[in-house]
Amino acid sequence: MGRYSIGFIAQRLGIFLLTIWIAASVIWLIPRLAPGDPISAMIMRMSSSGGRVENADKIIAGWKERFGLNDPLPVQYVRYMGNLLRFDFGYSLAHFPTPVADIIGLALPWTLGLLLVAVTLAFFIGNFLGAIMVWGKTPGLIRAVIPMFMIFTSIPSILAAIFLIYVFAFLLEWFPLAGSYPLGMKVELSWRFISAVIWHATLPALSVVLVNFGYWTLGMRGMMITVEGEDYIQLARAKGLKPFYVLYRYLVRNAILPQITAFAITLGSLVSGQVLVEYIFGYQGMGNIIFAAITSQDFPVIQGASFMLIVITALAVLIMDLTYPLIDPRISYERN
Amino acid sequence: MSHSTSMTEANAPVLRVRDLRVYYETPKGDVLAVDGVDLDLFEGEALGLVGESGCGKSTAAMGILQLVNPPGRIVGGSVELGGRDLLKLSEEEVRQIRWTRLALIPQGAMNSLNPTMRVASQIEDVIVAHEGAQRKEALRLRILELLRRVGLPERVYDLYPHELSGGMKQRVCIAMAIALNPRVIIADESTSALDVVVQRVVAQTIQRVRHDLGMAMIMIGHDMGLMAQMVDRIAVMYAGKVVEVAPVRALFATPRHPYAQLLIDSVPTLRERKPLRSSEGITHDPRNPPPGCIFQLRCPHVMDVCRSAAPQLKRVGPGQWAACHLYAEPAEEGGRHE
Ligand SMILES: Nc1ncnc2c1ncn2[C@@H]1O[C@H](COP(=O)(O)OP(=O)(O)OP(=O)(O)O)[C@@H](O)[C@H]1O
Ligand code: SF4
Ligand SMILES: [Mg+2]
Repeated sequence: MGRYSIGFIAQRLGIFLLTIWIAASVIWLIPRLAPGDPISAMIMRMSSSGGRVENADKIIAGWKERFGLNDPLPVQYVRYMGNLLRFDFGYSLAHFPTPVADIIGLALPWTLGLLLVAVTLAFFIGNFLGAIMVWGKTPGLIRAVIPMFMIFTSIPSILAAIFLIYVFAFLLEWFPLAGSYPLGMKVELSWRFISAVIWHATLPALSVVLVNFGYWTLGMRGMMITVEGEDYIQLARAKGLKPFYVLYRYLVRNAILPQITAFAITLGSLVSGQVLVEYIFGYQGMGNIIFAAITSQDFPVIQGASFMLIVITALAVLIMDLTYPLIDPRISYERN
Repeated sequence: MSHSTSMTEANAPVLRVRDLRVYYETPKGDVLAVDGVDLDLFEGEALGLVGESGCGKSTAAMGILQLVNPPGRIVGGSVELGGRDLLKLSEEEVRQIRWTRLALIPQGAMNSLNPTMRVASQIEDVIVAHEGAQRKEALRLRILELLRRVGLPERVYDLYPHELSGGMKQRVCIAMAIALNPRVIIADESTSALDVVVQRVVAQTIQRVRHDLGMAMIMIGHDMGLMAQMVDRIAVMYAGKVVEVAPVRALFATPRHPYAQLLIDSVPTLRERKPLRSSEGITHDPRNPPPGCIFQLRCPHVMDVCRSAAPQLKRVGPGQWAACHLYAEPAEEGGRHE
């Protein structure tokens, strides 16, 4: 397209790497800011909840040795960063000696799949409804009905999830109560398996969609009203273009641009919202392993999972940043 | 400058506006932005529409184009184009007439092009919308010819609006307006948006195109001096009404309506151009105009009758019409002024 310069790509890439570096450092720093060190803090919590731990001192010393916590902080930091580069997050404490990377590797595809489907659906449904709410040719009935669906926007995703489980899984039994696919089913590329996955993913996806689409509807509605008032819409009408053409080529095409920016900005909170939903549904994604790790004080897993979520969010933002100039011709990076 | 020949009022006008009313709904009542406007536009003629900011010029134009947006609405009147009243046509019929017979060069040319479409596509879509799909190459040549006609270089074809200067955008709008060779073009001039030099060049472009293609045109503007050089007749608007219509020379030599007189007085000479004095503005509440003449609060010649009866446009000279009680037939106290 010729709209990119090396400088622009380098800059965006730089921001991407900086985000990840800061995130990684914070993740590294937080446990070290806690009094003592992660290991003794953990053992202490264990002993306060589960009674005395025999040979606590020895265990702590052993762990410290193993995790290199006796080394000077800079050495620890550099080693930690080096490991991260290889996606080596160490070993799970709760499921020793399973590597954290393996645990994440099993969960991540599920989260990504659900996220992609749910968030894209929410975005498209929301923007579609927002657009037709403003469009003059939409029947009044439809315009009156859409706002009613917006009540879901004002409730947290966890409540929506619980509500859906109660009504559609517990009362009506249309959908399974929990899980990503039936226990014991063979993971394979068969229609039986895929349909089971879709069936299990429906309610979790729906709760993400229900809670989020209203946000896009409202935003799109506002943008559509703004664009409606632009002179070029007036001129498009004066030109006697077909109303539907004016809708998609003049109105929606311009109104959607800030929505896409907003999408990139809110992606982080979308991810965290979904993590909660996954937990409620016992969906075998990142949400579940993070919660399990928190309850079992499995620090390496928490670190690794948070890090991967941040990397994915930052990556998505980077991709959107890089593709945005293709959508909005005014954003051009030739001269950057 | 070729002043078109056909100004004889005996001809049937191409565009005939009668008693057009466009009101804007506000919480405190309707703003009577256009309140009974009569206009005739004759074949090939350029009619200037002037008046201070907010007097309803753009609203009248949008009323003629049937493009009044909420909170505005067309309350009544008729807009006959080639003998058909646009107000009585279906939406689809109006859509087909738009641009093929009646085109617009918009006021806010800075912002009148779709920022996400190339110039060529924005000219192309109007051609395709009214003539149907056609060969790419033929379309391309035709669009390039339109660009050339308004003095734009070929490279503009592939550019996006933000890559153009204000004057270039204005020219793209002109090229677009003539794409389907309409009989009538309404040019809502954006005095505020362009600097004076650019504005003059653009005005010349419009003038040349009109000369080449011979369409009739309503030119809306604030700039009396510029108007004087460009149009055949001028209609003066005040607070939603046309208060005087006259050939340019007659209007400048002998303005009849007190407001037109005020306006002409504010133009030092025909050569020197300056915008209208807008500091005074319309003094009454446009939602609740006083009974009688709308100009009574500012009129130096106000009489009793002005406070009760609204004056109608009356013939006050050859081709010159004014809406003022001063020019009533042998009247009680009014009589001839001047
Ligand atoms: N959306 C609206 N709501 C309420 N009043 C409006 C609206 N749009 C315009 N008006 C009023 O209608 C009147 C006419 O406005 P209009 O834009 O037609 O004036 P104009 O003569 O074109 O002015 P200008 O020379 O500045 O372009 C003004 O008094 C304005 O305040
Ligand atoms: S009708 Fe009366 S108030 Fe109105 S312009 Fe004429 S003299 Fe003035
Ligand atoms: Mg205007």
